[in-house]
Amino acid sequence: MAEFFTALLEHSFLQQALIAGLLASIGCGLIGPFVVVKRITFLAGGIAHSVLAGMGAAVFYGFDPLSGALAAAVVAALLIGWVRLRWRTGEDTAIGALWAIGMAVGILFVSQTPGYATDLMSFLFGNILLVPTRELWFMAVLDFVLFVSVALFYRQFVAVAFDEEFARLRAVPVDLFYLLLLVLVAVTVVLMIQVVGLILVIALLTLPAATAGQWTGTLAGMMMGATLLGALLTTGGLALSYAPDIPTGPTIILLAGALYLLSAISAGLRAKRRAEKAVRSITRG
Amino acid sequence: MSTVATAVIEIEQASFAYGGIPVLEDVSLRVEAGEFLGLVGPNAGGKSTLLKLVLGLLRPQQGRISVLGRSPKQARRHLGYVPQYPAFPRDFPIQVLDVVLMGRLGLGRGLSSRFGAWRQRDREIARQTLIEVEAGELAAQPIGALSGGQLQRVLLARALVGEPEILILDEPTANIDHRLEGEIFELLAQLNKQLTIVVVSHDIGFISSYVSRVACLNRTLICHRTEAIDGNLINELYGERVRLINHHHGDAQTDLSAAAAADSKEPQTSLHPPQEHPVHG
Repeated sequence: MAEFFTALLEHSFLQQALIAGLLASIGCGLIGPFVVVKRITFLAGGIAHSVLAGMGAAVFYGFDPLSGALAAAVVAALLIGWVRLRWRTGEDTAIGALWAIGMAVGILFVSQTPGYATDLMSFLFGNILLVPTRELWFMAVLDFVLFVSVALFYRQFVAVAFDEEFARLRAVPVDLFYLLLLVLVAVTVVLMIQVVGLILVIALLTLPAATAGQWTGTLAGMMMGATLLGALLTTGGLALSYAPDIPTGPTIILLAGALYLLSAISAGLRAKRRAEKAVRSITRG
Repeated sequence: MSTVATAVIEIEQASFAYGGIPVLEDVSLRVEAGEFLGLVGPNAGGKSTLLKLVLGLLRPQQGRISVLGRSPKQARRHLGYVPQYPAFPRDFPIQVLDVVLMGRLGLGRGLSSRFGAWRQRDREIARQTLIEVEAGELAAQPIGALSGGQLQRVLLARALVGEPEILILDEPTANIDHRLEGEIFELLAQLNKQLTIVVVSHDIGFISSYVSRVACLNRTLICHRTEAIDGNLINELYGERVRLINHHHGDAQTDLSAAAAADSKEPQTSLHPPQEHPVHG
C-alpha cells in the first residue's frame, strides 16, 4: 500500500489511473442506483457485452475503440428498449441475443485485425493503467452528459423508475424517458469499460449502488453512497493490485463483491437486532 | 342534479377487447359534474378496463370517449387516479412525501416546473394533502413500511395533490378492513363537495350508502340509476342464485342495498359472504 502512494506521486500513469477510477465512480453513482431499483441489471449486461461489436469494428477500420463502443452501446440500448416498448414481452430474449451476437461480431473483427489479440483482453477486463489523457477527457465529457441529464430530469427518471403507469397518467413521456435512461446506462457502461472491462462492468454498475441501498432509504442517498463507494473501490483496487502486479479490474470487482457481501450480512444482523429490541421493549411493557 | 349539469365523462357505445376476448360491449355512460358514481359488477366484468379507457391508458376499438370535453389523453392531467394494486415495488427506496409529489408531475408551466428538483411550494402542498387524508405523520416514512390502510391514504394523497377535477378510484378498499373502508369513504364523501368521483367496487352494499348513483357493469352496462338496487337487478348482474341480505337500521328503514354471495361458482363473484357482514349502515 505505502509503495503505491509513493509511486502515485512519481508516476503520471498511476495518477491518470486514479483519475480514471474517480471519473468512472461518478457514473457508477448517478446511474447505478437506477439500474438497481429498476431491476435492469441483465439489460445493462446485454448492453455491455454487445459493446464488443463496436470496439472490434472500430479497431478493424482504424477508429478509436471507445467511440465504437459508445455507438454500439447506444444502438444496443435503443434496440432492447424498442423491443420492450413495442412488444411488451420478449425483452429478455432480445437481451440474450444482443449479448451473444455482439460478442461474436466483436471477436470476428478483432481476429481479423493483425496485432490486436492482446487488446481483446483489455477490452474484456479493462486496463486502468493504460488510460491515455485523451480518454480521460472523453470520460469527463460522458460524466458531464450523465450529470446534466440526471440533474435536469431527476423527477421524471424517478417517476419512470418507480411507477410507469402513474407517470404516464401525469403526462410524463414515459417511453422517451425509458429510452433515455437506457442510453444513459449505455454511456455509463462505456465510461467504465476502460477501468474494469466490458465483462466486469456489470458488477461496478450495480454492487456499489446495491451496497449503498442497504444503508439508505432514498434514491438520492443511494446515488451519493454509490459514488463514494465507487471512488473507494476503484482507488482501493488500484492500490492493492499495484505492488503484487496483478490485474486491477478484477481486483476492484473482488473488492466490490466482498464489500457487498459484508454489507448484506451486517444489514441483515442489524435488522434482526432491531426486531429483537422492538419485541423486548413490548414484552417488558 | 340541476338541468344545466354538464357531463365531465361521456362514453358513447364503447366496446373493447383484449386480443380476441371481448371485455366491454356497447357501453354508454354519462357522468355529470359533482357526481359520486359507484361502478359495481362481478370480477372480470370490465370495471377496471372501463376506468383505463377513461384514463386513456387503453383505447376502445369502437365508440367514443370524451373527458372534460377532450380526449382522455388530453384530459389526463386533470384526473386523479388511485389504482387497485400499487404498480411499484414495495422495497423501492423512496419516502412517502416523494411518492405523493409525483402526483404533481405535469402541473404548471415554465422551466422550474419541469426540470430539476421539486420546488418548496410543491412540497408544501404535498405535505398539506397528506394531512388532509390523515396521513401527515407518514411523510418521512419509507413507502415499504406502510400498512395497507396507510398506503391507501398515501395513494389517495398522490391522486389529490395534482388538483384533479375528477377522482377515479379502482377498488380503493379492497385490501383493508371494514372500519378503514368506512373512514376512506367518509373522506371521499367530503372530497365529493369539490370533485366528481368515480369509484369501482365489487361491494354494492357498502358503497350504495355513500355514492349518488350506481352503475352496474358486467361486460355491458346493466343499469345506471339512483334508485335502490333490488334483487332482480342483482340477479341480472351476477347471474342466478344470489342471496340477498336485508339490513335493518335503527330507524327501521329497510335498506336493500346489501350485497350477496353467489352459491354457484359461475359467474364468480367476490362479494363477501353474509356471515362477515354485520357492520354496514
